[in-house]
Amino acid sequence: MIPVVVVLVYLAIIAYVGSVAFRRSKANTEDFFLASRSVGPLLFFLSLFATNMTAFAILGSSGMSYKRGIGVFGLMASSSAFIIPLTIFFIGTRLWALGKKFGHTTQVQFFRDRWECSGIGTAIFTLSAVMLIPYMIVSIIGGGTVLQDISRGADGNPMIPYALGCGIVALVVTINVFFGGMRGVVWVNAFQTVLFLLFGTVAVLFISQSMHGGYGALFTKMAGGPGGALLARDRIPQEEFWSYTFIPLSSIMFPHMAIMCFSAKKLTAFKNTVIAYPIAIMAVWLPCVFLGVAGAGLIPGLVNSDGILLKLLTQYTPIWLAGILGAGIISVVMGSDCHQILALSTMSTKDVFSHYGGAKKYGEKGSVMFARGFVLVATLIAYFIALKTPLSIFELAVRFAFSGFAAMAPIMVAALFWKRSTKWGALASTIWVAACVFGTWWLQSTSDSIAPKAPTGPPVVRSAGNRQLRSPQIIPPGAVNIPTGQSNVGQSPVGQPPVGKPPAGQPGAPQVSPVGGAQTPPTGQKRPPTGAPRRKAGPPPPVQIFPALGNMFLRNPTTVTIYGFLPVVPMVIGSAFWMILLSLLTAAPSRKTIEKYFPTGDKNNADPVT
Amino acid sequence: MKWLLTILILVVYVLHQDYWFWGNRSLVLGFMPVGLAYHAAYAVLVSVMMAILVKFAWPKHLEDTESEFPDSGEVGTHA
Repeated sequence: MIPVVVVLVYLAIIAYVGSVAFRRSKANTEDFFLASRSVGPLLFFLSLFATNMTAFAILGSSGMSYKRGIGVFGLMASSSAFIIPLTIFFIGTRLWALGKKFGHTTQVQFFRDRWECSGIGTAIFTLSAVMLIPYMIVSIIGGGTVLQDISRGADGNPMIPYALGCGIVALVVTINVFFGGMRGVVWVNAFQTVLFLLFGTVAVLFISQSMHGGYGALFTKMAGGPGGALLARDRIPQEEFWSYTFIPLSSIMFPHMAIMCFSAKKLTAFKNTVIAYPIAIMAVWLPCVFLGVAGAGLIPGLVNSDGILLKLLTQYTPIWLAGILGAGIISVVMGSDCHQILALSTMSTKDVFSHYGGAKKYGEKGSVMFARGFVLVATLIAYFIALKTPLSIFELAVRFAFSGFAAMAPIMVAALFWKRSTKWGALASTIWVAACVFGTWWLQSTSDSIAPKAPTGPPVVRSAGNRQLRSPQIIPPGAVNIPTGQSNVGQSPVGQPPVGKPPAGQPGAPQVSPVGGAQTPPTGQKRPPTGAPRRKAGPPPPVQIFPALGNMFLRNPTTVTIYGFLPVVPMVIGSAFWMILLSLLTAAPSRKTIEKYFPTGDKNNADPVT
Repeated sequence: MKWLLTILILVVYVLHQDYWFWGNRSLVLGFMPVGLAYHAAYAVLVSVMMAILVKFAWPKHLEDTESEFPDSGEVGTHA
């Protein structure tokens, strides 16, 4: 009860901030979407960081670490700590200058003007919107999950069911964005970022207090057994580890991140942001990954590992603290969700409504009304999709949004730094990205039934805590069978063979050896021959999706790979290739446009504006 | 200077691929897995790298960008 009250009070504060921002706002789009380009350095950093942190940063990271170990930090956090500040430094600053000079509010406005083409903007808008919506849904799913789990009573039943939790989060986000616009979102983000930066450290310390021997004793026990795999990177192939450095390229291409760059008052706001960003990522991710691995030792056998952090909080911290920390998680969820919904509203208003005559017909006030109406409709749709979508937080976000946006980065780089780039190059890249996103989705769906099952954290330590576990929900070995083709593929208990035949028309299911659940490829499937990605004892070997194509398309427990690398690698390289090829084959933009973005006589003429 | 900074970025990128700690299960300070401690330190290193970039490669010429578009027009406030 107490955690629920704390979280609900927090949500009420968020909604109130939105209403205060509403009273300060002006009735024009520049103010609603960009807070009149007046965001100061501290607010800019706090808000930009909150923009990029989703539920996946906390719930997904700990859940993934529970299954795959400490390598998740290097895989996602430190690669983001390297790439994202660089993209903000090189691309974000240029976007800010373009917005200041020419009044651009969205990336699409820039692309349309830069390549003298309305259609290319519409194509990029469509693809961006399609890829952003799943990312937005992730936040609502995360919010619903948190509220449900944190409100569980002693009997295990939630006071706030999942559907109601999603509804509450969606409602609060809507109120904040609808009334406050960018100003409301930025103010709330500052509060939220402080909360979730402190969240992890506080959680680690308090959970440690409830453990016999602390983390050292726990990890020492784990290191001596099969759970030791989680203390190293046995379950992360090196090809995947390297591939992941491409994923953070998506950050600056996410519309909400780019739009946030337009909102800074001065360019100097970017300085401290890029320096502090890696440290902030570490502050959020390190405790979550650490706790995810510790959770595998403390509460082994979870089917839905995304819930490990909440289980640790409810079982190893005082109730009042669990409430505050739950609010911290909710703040991560909502920080990004507010920005995503606002970004979709901005894009729809500026890139579609205004671009196709709405602004002229209905004026600024009408445009703001349209934007607010869009916020209502988009949130409602996202809410219903969240109720129907069974995919886990991590998979959903990565599969559809991150890879796609990362592969669009060459479009932005070409627009900013290559005079000779053309709309045809941009169009070819966009089509390539769209085809790859849907192709990857199809391959993933097709190969779900043959996916090898990943090992999970073994039950090394029964209970290292000194408190009674309330509703532990540990799945005992042999108690469940995970249906194939669902999101929790690879999360079956250790040693439990997957059960279930593939649907008709799908490739054959893997055969399972009777000992330890080790798998052999299904009939007609081959293991990769010598020369395929090197395997250690940790991750199960991938299977070939199309044996006739050899190792081109492999399927591991969680995703499709291409010669062992994540699809994002060929997607980014292909996108750059098509941009270069088609640009060289087609006529360059007019001299007037090139002069506009690359003024002659400028010693820094590689920069688009001076 | 541009080349030095480029090399710095490349070196920091390569340091991310720490194959040497891949299977190492030892604990730093008795509680932190070494692979995790390395990447935490790596994030600090990136922060230092960014500070160097800000110091020596900051696009100062963009700071004085002047607006060339008309004000979108304030319709009033809600205050």
